[in-house]
Amino acid sequence: MLLISCPHCGPCDETEFHCGGEAHVARPHDPAALDDAAWGAFIFMRNNPKGQFNERWVHAAGCRRWFNMVRDTVTHRILAVYPMGSRPPAGLGHLGAAVVEDAQ
Amino acid sequence: MADVLINPVADRLSPLELLRVTLAAASDPSQVAIRELPFLCQIALRGSPGNTLFMAAVQKALGLDLPVKAGSVVLAGSVRALWLGPDEWLVVAPDGAAPALLSALAAALEGVHAQAVDVSANRTVIALEGPRAAEVLAKGLTLDLHPRAFGPGRVTQTILARAAVILEQTGEAPAYRLYVRNSFATYLASWLMDAAAEYRLPPLC
Repeated sequence: MLLISCPHCGPCDETEFHCGGEAHVARPHDPAALDDAAWGAFIFMRNNPKGQFNERWVHAAGCRRWFNMVRDTVTHRILAVYPMGSRPPAGLGHLGAAVVEDAQ
Repeated sequence: MADVLINPVADRLSPLELLRVTLAAASDPSQVAIRELPFLCQIALRGSPGNTLFMAAVQKALGLDLPVKAGSVVLAGSVRALWLGPDEWLVVAPDGAAPALLSALAAALEGVHAQAVDVSANRTVIALEGPRAAEVLAKGLTLDLHPRAFGPGRVTQTILARAAVILEQTGEAPAYRLYVRNSFATYLASWLMDAAAEYRLPPLC
């Protein structure tokens, strides 16, 4: 069981949260211009790293706000919690330089 | 044939009305007491705490400064404002206060980016009071209710025995209010009675 620090409510039990999957997946600017393979890749293809992973979470049973988290998929250690729309703390997560483009 | 007249106020049935006697029988004020606070006025209020126009308008309409600290409650007379999120509050007042409060809010919030909706029919309120109240809640909560972590004037949204609730501590005794959806009220009241059963003193004989 994880103890997750909601940016608003503080540490709460994992059962109050839902995971929203990988963070920083940028929606294509012109979806109509994409072929099926590219659209399918945006919809379905996600990273599945062993180690640090940037995820979206929502405090579903609490303040109902979304936030980002860097979690280690091996140890479950939560390395960072940061607001939606912002970049992960330097050096954390699996996306490296790609995050910079997504956040803009 | 005479018309059957239904009085919309006098003929209301609260979600736990049918359990009122059962709740009273399951309550022991020296340990823990459970009762419903039916028909409280509840208004969902949304707006930006950074918008001074919004905060001033609410101050004018309700006579209180909305709490901006996470999980806090502000009282003004019989009106209380519960922090539910960074831009969301629940305004709670006695039964029947909704029309006056809503019209005051509507007038004060004219032209301000905000929302005030009467959600009184959304939830009912269960009051849980007595020295054992925290122990009863601890059976279904993952939160820490110890005074170092929670206390009077604090509110949180959480899960109690798998039911989503708003939990507010109203007194040191301790005393709590559980705001629960009407459809979950019977379940939660039954769960509370079961959880509190062990604290009732055995009858003297």
